[in-house]
Amino acid sequence: MNTRRASTKAPPPTTYREALREALREALHDERVFLMGEDVGRYGGCFGVSLGLLEEFGPDRIRDTPLSESAFVGAGIGAALGGMRPVVEIMTVNFSLLALDQILNNAATLLHMSGGQLSVPVVIRMTTGAGRQLGAQHSHSLEGWYAHIPGIRVLAPATLDDARHMLAAALADPDPVLIFEHGSLYNAAGVLDPTIEAVDLDSAAVRRPGKDVSVITYGGSLSKAMAAADILSGDGISAEVLDLRALRPLDDATVMESVGRTHRAVVVDEAWRSGSLAAEISARITEQVFYELDAPVQRVCSAEVPIPYARQLEEAALPQPASIVDAVRLAVS
Amino acid sequence: MTEFTMPSLGADMDEGTLVEWLVNPGDAVSKGDVVAVVETAKSTIEVECFDSGTVSALLVAPGTKVPVGTPMAVIGPATEPTAHTPAPQPTEPSPGFYPAPVRAVTRAGDAVSTPLVRHLAQKKDIDLSTMHGSGKGGQITRADVEKAASPPRHRVPASPLARRLARSLDVDLEGVRGTGQNGTVRADDVRAAAGKRAHRTQRAHRTQGPRPPAPEPPAMPPSGAPPVRPSVKSRPDTLTTGAPTTRSAISALMTRANRDIPHYYLSTTIDLAAATAWMLNRNANGPVGERLVPAALLLKSAALAARQVPQLNGYWKDGAFVPADGVRLGIAVSLRGGGLAAPALANADTMSLPELMKALRDLVSRARRGRLRASEIADPTLTVTNLGDQGVETVFGVIYPPQVALVGLGCVVERPVAVEGMLTVHPTVTATLSADHRASDGATGARFLAALDRLLQGPEEL
Repeated sequence: MNTRRASTKAPPPTTYREALREALREALHDERVFLMGEDVGRYGGCFGVSLGLLEEFGPDRIRDTPLSESAFVGAGIGAALGGMRPVVEIMTVNFSLLALDQILNNAATLLHMSGGQLSVPVVIRMTTGAGRQLGAQHSHSLEGWYAHIPGIRVLAPATLDDARHMLAAALADPDPVLIFEHGSLYNAAGVLDPTIEAVDLDSAAVRRPGKDVSVITYGGSLSKAMAAADILSGDGISAEVLDLRALRPLDDATVMESVGRTHRAVVVDEAWRSGSLAAEISARITEQVFYELDAPVQRVCSAEVPIPYARQLEEAALPQPASIVDAVRLAVS
Repeated sequence: MTEFTMPSLGADMDEGTLVEWLVNPGDAVSKGDVVAVVETAKSTIEVECFDSGTVSALLVAPGTKVPVGTPMAVIGPATEPTAHTPAPQPTEPSPGFYPAPVRAVTRAGDAVSTPLVRHLAQKKDIDLSTMHGSGKGGQITRADVEKAASPPRHRVPASPLARRLARSLDVDLEGVRGTGQNGTVRADDVRAAAGKRAHRTQRAHRTQGPRPPAPEPPAMPPSGAPPVRPSVKSRPDTLTTGAPTTRSAISALMTRANRDIPHYYLSTTIDLAAATAWMLNRNANGPVGERLVPAALLLKSAALAARQVPQLNGYWKDGAFVPADGVRLGIAVSLRGGGLAAPALANADTMSLPELMKALRDLVSRARRGRLRASEIADPTLTVTNLGDQGVETVFGVIYPPQVALVGLGCVVERPVAVEGMLTVHPTVTATLSADHRASDGATGARFLAALDRLLQGPEEL
């Protein structure tokens, strides 16, 4: 991606983290938008996303909060009800469970319970996923749990372009939007596509076309799926890689259209297999395109253990290009 | 709680074979629902239920022959749970599905089994002495026999896509070598098989000229097609192989009729000019679907005549005539593969002609498919035999006991007729009456034929 463009006008390379920051900076030009969360101000965000924004926009717009997820997510919901467009940052999805009551019982339900009178235009960002040796309590992938909840939109930007442009679309959505940023992506570097100025939040994307198998994934697993597809192409297996992008609502049409062409599906999901988003996608494929299937749907998920700290164990517990390759071979063999 | 018993589907029936249940335990049934198919010596009949409620147990297994009056199912009250009374709990273990009525276990050679199982084995032509039972103490169970009768069907492992392709390409999965996991047939295998076949067919055409290619194995039936009910499939067999029993049943019944019933016979020729003219005019002006045939007019007239002369419409029972409460005109239908059935056209006297046409068509086609209802076969009050379509001019029939008369109709033929001193040619029919002299005299019979004649002269009144 970057090499192709380097020869022409050579736009500066950027990172996923910087793309997110750029999106926030752009959003903050709207007076109603403000960012709040633990350490987002003086510390610059615990993943460095909001570094420098406090200096640029001041403490009214970039607000450090006490260590109470329920309180500051609730405050965000209240602010959204009051006409603001808050962006709430939760350090990791593991801690978001402390705010689950606010998200599920307030943010997701108020529109329904008010008879359509109260929409909650809050955007909640958080980190998810493993791979950085942060131990079980910082490494789980629980976005599938949120994708279970009606009334919210759940996004998983996997590319620089999505990181750069999803926030604006999320803020434009009158309903609560949760954005899950995979922790291993923050340092991912590349060049933004200057032709993309906005993204929609409804459709999955085909990141790599192929004809033998559909590898369906999202977020932090996308790069692993792409790596697996590279390995497979060496064996003459042409894998199509789908990036779901929106985990709720799911873009069934793109998935089914792809599986309808390749007749085989492998779902890669860093969450635990049981009751996962991968399970949901597999079920939908069976429901909708059963008679297109030439092999059982395969799933590559994390081992059903608390994610280990030790590097080798952590790597063994997570989906890896090699395990994706194995699953694809099983599907096409 | 009521019992559903083997019905008597004719005066001469004393036992019947349950062919299939059309209900399961727990099903709600209401009076008049068809619940079972019963094979009698004469034909296969759909039997209706005379009670409403919930089927709580089926007591007789399909394939079992039982005497008339044998309880075949238990029908409990309709289950309507109320707020106060919880559903009654059975105080004793409720009878299961097809409990063997006799629990006596006997030895047949080395094999131990119950009579019901032995009966089933006999029916399926299985030698129990060669079998090993899976039941208690090596007892041969019903499941063992069924398994032996139909070994588990081999299912070719194939992916959904491969199955779909196989259907559309008309490839039999049985002959396709699967290259997937555990030999699973995949789409490519089906395509390869289809390609090979096309190639072979082509070559056969080229090298062998007009000789037809080897017949392909039959394609799998599409799974979307409604399942073929085995009973339906076996029906033609029942009729052809059942012909000897049908013959013997007719033989017994007709011998009895001719021996016990003192018949008298009357015959008259009826001028059908008015009826035919009216019918042709009506057919010319009406829609094709509602066109009438002469038989409809004849049957309607016979039914009305039976109403006007009730002494011929009923039964001879216990030495006395019992008039029937309505006209259920028995229609003698010759069956494919031989034999006769005479199902009743209920309320034939009150039906309009189009209704009668429709009912007649339905009745005849169902009689020939062996799908008559018990109520239709049970109680005709007066039977008509119409051999007109065979070109016969006059038929004198034998009364179908316990009825007391039989109307015979020949074909409609043009005959010279004297009308007001002039000779002319009119369509006519010869109507006959065979009647039971114990129940009526010739004068009564004559009144019937006269009524028939009169009715046919005013077809617009029919």
